[in-house]
Amino acid sequence: MALNITVKNPEQAGSARDADLIAKVQSGQHELFYELVRPYERRVYAAALAILRNEQDAEDAAQEAMLKAFANIRQFRAEARFSTWLIQITVNEALMRRRRERTVVMEGIDDRHSGAGEAESDYAPRDFADWREIPSETLERKEVRQRLAEALATLDEKYRQVFVLRDMEHLNIQETAEALGITVASVKTRLLRARLMLRDLLAAGWKQGWFSRLPFEKGTKPW
Amino acid sequence: MWREISNYIDGEVDAALRWEMDEHCKVCKRCASVLAGTRNVVVLYGDERMLEVPAGFSRRLEKRLARNASGGEQRWSSWSAWLVPAAAVVLIAAGVLLMNSLTFRNFIQSRHAQPGNNVPADLVVVVSDGSKVFHVPGCPFIHDKASERTMTAKEATRDGYVPCTRCLRQYLKTGRVRHSAREVAAATGADMDEDSQAEFLSTAAN
Repeated sequence: MALNITVKNPEQAGSARDADLIAKVQSGQHELFYELVRPYERRVYAAALAILRNEQDAEDAAQEAMLKAFANIRQFRAEARFSTWLIQITVNEALMRRRRERTVVMEGIDDRHSGAGEAESDYAPRDFADWREIPSETLERKEVRQRLAEALATLDEKYRQVFVLRDMEHLNIQETAEALGITVASVKTRLLRARLMLRDLLAAGWKQGWFSRLPFEKGTKPW
Repeated sequence: MWREISNYIDGEVDAALRWEMDEHCKVCKRCASVLAGTRNVVVLYGDERMLEVPAGFSRRLEKRLARNASGGEQRWSSWSAWLVPAAAVVLIAAGVLLMNSLTFRNFIQSRHAQPGNNVPADLVVVVSDGSKVFHVPGCPFIHDKASERTMTAKEATRDGYVPCTRCLRQYLKTGRVRHSAREVAAATGADMDEDSQAEFLSTAAN
């Protein structure tokens, strides 16, 4: 993956803060590099974890990716978002690390409806008559976040990687395709499937009482 | 319907399809449920609170970056890291070439010359510019008498000179050069009178 990337829309050049820090780091103020990348720590780690599925490996890959970004900061061109560039370096590093280590990834539960060889687009969402929306304020609770993370971990890696880059890292479809080396059509297909499967898992979890100890549910009061 | 739900959420369906899907969801509870649930997934996982790092991650990252910045300046520019060893290689190569050129000057300079055999080391000999041989003093075959200079045979040999095949022929290794006194005198056209030539050749033979 080339470290020089360009996006069509020059307005995606990143915030003024990023641009200012990048210029300073490029001019020799190396100590400012951490200040530049600090807002993206979580996203870098999450991208690595999505691929490596191991916290220690993900942290190592995240650090290595940051070091590579530092070493190549002069190659960064302002036409691209700095965050996108950083995430793509991270994805590349994680993929290389996984190839080197030949980690046998425990394939997560795919979907209950598909069999071997079924096309990706044939996934059918389950019908949940009593489906309930999970309010985002529940994310304040660690156990809720853990449940969501566990659900994500059960996805097949090709769906999980696309979902993480698109919906958690907020890369656009084109950027996601480039980072993973797949087509835009594949990104869209896998993203659809990932979203539907997670929807099914969360709805099933709701039925099984994953969120039964929430202080309140949408539309109801605790008293 | 649900195949386009992802595109619908991302705003990537055209207005006509969007309207159709909106109208369908008004009457189809299942599709409305799928749409709402999928949207919920995108909102929840897209929340920054879902991005967590292990305890101490930030501190460890900051330390590693600081360590790299202070001690790892060579990471800054990959090409400049090769500059010093490349320069060293060039200098070493130049030195070898220079030494070889100096050494070769001390090698036998004429392909026709023959190395001496047991030439007395302290024998006083004469060399001159433009010539590759050393002579006994007075040899009529000294090339440029104006530039002649004396030295010992040892020094002359060290500097790459070889014995004159005429005046020092007895010291030639192979002894291949055999000239009669008359031949030598005739071949050189040395500026000597006959008596001088005869005297010289007699001395050389001995």
